[in-house]
Amino acid sequence: MEERLSSILSSYEGKREELIPILQQIQGEFGYLPEQAMLEIARFARVPESSVYAIATFYTQFRFTPIGKKHVMVCRGTACYVRGASRVLETVEELLGIKEGETTEDMEYSLETVACIGACGLSPCIMINKKVEAKMTRKRLTDVLGKGEAAEA
Amino acid sequence: MSLEDTRANAQQQWQALQDSDKPVILVGTATCGRAAGALEVLDVFRDELPRRGIDATIVEVGCLGLCYVEPLVCITKPPRPGICYTNVTPKKAVALIEGYLVNDDCQAGMALGVLGDQGLEGIAPLLETPVFKHQVRRTLARCGVIDPSNFDHYLAHDGYAGLTKALKVGPEQVIEEVKNSGLRGRGGAGFPTWRKWQLCREAPGDEKYLVCNADEGDPGAFMNRSLLEGDPHALLEGMLIAGYAIGAETSYIYCRAEYPLALERVRMAIDQAKQHGLLGEDILGSGFNFHIKVKEGAGAFVCGEETALIASIEGERGMPRSRPPFPAVAGLWQKPTIINNVETLAGVALILQHGADWFAEYGTEQSKGTKTFALVGQVKNTGLVEVPMGTTLRKMIFDIGGGVLGDKPFKAVQTGGPSGGCIPASLLDTPVDYDSLAAAGSIMGSGGMVVMDEDTCMVDFARYFLDFAQKESCGKCVPCRLGTKQLLDILTDITQGKGTTEDIDLLVELGEAIKMGSLCGLGQTAPNPVLTTIRYFRDEYEAHVIDKRCPSGTCRALTQFVIVPETCTGCGLCRAACPVEAILGEKKATHEIIDERCTRCGACREACPFGAVTVAEAKQDKQLSG
Ligand SMILES: Cc1cc2nc3c(=O)[nH]c(=O)nc-3n(C[C@H](O)[C@H](O)[C@H](O)COP(=O)(O)O)c2cc1C
Ligand code: FES
Repeated sequence: MEERLSSILSSYEGKREELIPILQQIQGEFGYLPEQAMLEIARFARVPESSVYAIATFYTQFRFTPIGKKHVMVCRGTACYVRGASRVLETVEELLGIKEGETTEDMEYSLETVACIGACGLSPCIMINKKVEAKMTRKRLTDVLGKGEAAEA
Repeated sequence: MSLEDTRANAQQQWQALQDSDKPVILVGTATCGRAAGALEVLDVFRDELPRRGIDATIVEVGCLGLCYVEPLVCITKPPRPGICYTNVTPKKAVALIEGYLVNDDCQAGMALGVLGDQGLEGIAPLLETPVFKHQVRRTLARCGVIDPSNFDHYLAHDGYAGLTKALKVGPEQVIEEVKNSGLRGRGGAGFPTWRKWQLCREAPGDEKYLVCNADEGDPGAFMNRSLLEGDPHALLEGMLIAGYAIGAETSYIYCRAEYPLALERVRMAIDQAKQHGLLGEDILGSGFNFHIKVKEGAGAFVCGEETALIASIEGERGMPRSRPPFPAVAGLWQKPTIINNVETLAGVALILQHGADWFAEYGTEQSKGTKTFALVGQVKNTGLVEVPMGTTLRKMIFDIGGGVLGDKPFKAVQTGGPSGGCIPASLLDTPVDYDSLAAAGSIMGSGGMVVMDEDTCMVDFARYFLDFAQKESCGKCVPCRLGTKQLLDILTDITQGKGTTEDIDLLVELGEAIKMGSLCGLGQTAPNPVLTTIRYFRDEYEAHVIDKRCPSGTCRALTQFVIVPETCTGCGLCRAACPVEAILGEKKATHEIIDERCTRCGACREACPFGAVTVAEAKQDKQLSG
């Protein structure tokens, strides 16, 4: 981890305005913000660790625990909402056996919600690892999540 | 090579593409197209055409705005004009190749419209179809027509002609032109663009900044995304002109991270502009230097607010501060800063390309030009539309949008996102402009337009927005932090059957106080969804608190579903749709809902093709047992 961290940090100057991009790149690399990274960033940018945490906890993009291989994001935007996003979320929770914000024990799936994906004309939508899936129904969800009847609950 | 030489080349190439005797196939591959499967369709064309020895040009384009029939493919096979096909699946793509490209039958059954003004073999001209007939596509003119990753395509369509003109006439004249156009900010508040610019230009100091607000925080809106994906150079050109006018050398595009494709396209466009000497030092020999940096948002709605956005770029928590001083005087690092929305800046490019008078041809006295809207929700033709300011809601929803999905009764339309309000059927003739929408208690906002049918509960809908506002409140000021939470709690109580009549009045009183006392636009507008729904749908609130009934069947604690025996055909679709096996009934016999098992998810109601599943008139005490 140390090597990957320092190679990321070496492309920055350590200015205050770089904090968010640094956090974004580190999360992009590790899938989350490891504790050690937070410490290193603080040292690198010469700010208290609490400042780095202050930012990381403010923005919903950042997380402190690893995520699963398939990052499922259910849109809770207005267009999706009026076309049944609540039920989509319920169904995904049921199919994956986890609640919003959780990751399956086998680290296969993580489930989060997102304010809007921008495919509102095809609502309700979900996004799996940056791929948008549109017009979700129970059947489509079962298909795209690879949770057919045979799969365990 | 000078820009004009490059343009001449680009125009020649574009003309060659139009005149080519090879078929040209346009595939819309913006995010919405992709979500509907456009990339798979693209693959079919890429694989099948060479395999069959068909020589054709495939071009990836942005979005025409017809989300409801994505994926879209447009095939031009000379001598016929281009024909636009809808809902193209990989299978249909093969049918198009075999039927049209090989066998010369243009597959009229799959077509939506034909390019140009003549119909063809029973296919109407595209621009005569109801979806397009009432639109005036200016900002979106190039979207879905050009390849957004092709610099020459932009150049061949007046691209950067506005910049050339700006550099010739000088900054003051640019501001004058924008003033004459009547352009007002497209990001929400509708502030006259020129006035901000003037303030910034006159502010002391040489270091000034321009920021493009591409955060598009309104959930349910995607105007900016489509433009960035379909025509990214339009934004860059607008930014160059704006930077030149206000005297900024450095600028930022603050774009939400949830838009990966838009970010990719913008970064690509920036590289291209640099290669052609349109970004960097001494642009087109004018002595003007300009740089654009891209910043990715990190998922905070409040960062769309300009002072919070500034804090976020500076690397702080995205918390707004009170204004004045306005960013135009003291913004990014305390330097004069202009923040403009994507569509505003794209409009600036158009104004310089075609002139202020051209821009002001459309619109109303106080709201000039055209505006893009994301027409979504329970409407047939969902998509991105562009209409003259002042077009009525009715025209947008019923003529362009084709009316309510499933021809259900129209209930309300929500404009302006979490800061806006719900407008009822009685006000459908309201013209869409800044002032008329404000008078109706809503706002124009950035252009989100969510249509609702009778199955949407207005109390629950208000609760939804308050949940959003409460989660997104940055917490800095008390009225917003605690007020939105209180509004949410009261609304939640009402939707759970725990509300009283006094609660409705309390919501109004509290809402007004939050509007007055909040620090930034988030809190100042967060009560709007509650206040407008109470204003127009008070009876629905009363049904919740007095009759303890949710008329639309949304609020689970207040709903009981029943199957009307006379209407039920016994098809069994409801039973199949029920996730908790709460429906019993033999095939072809009347079905019945077992109330104790029913979770009120509403899946059966949605599944029933005959409308036999309805909300019980009054909550029936007697258990319906099966
Ligand atoms: C809570 C909040 C969120 C906002 N979100 C956005 C947004 O996502 N995009 C945007 O352009 N403007 C947004 N605005 C409006 C901006 O503060 C600002 O008025 C606008 O970007 C100015 O650009 P314009 O003059 O070109 O419209 C938001 C305002 C508030 C109060
Ligand atoms: S509201 Fe769900 S994609 Fe926009």
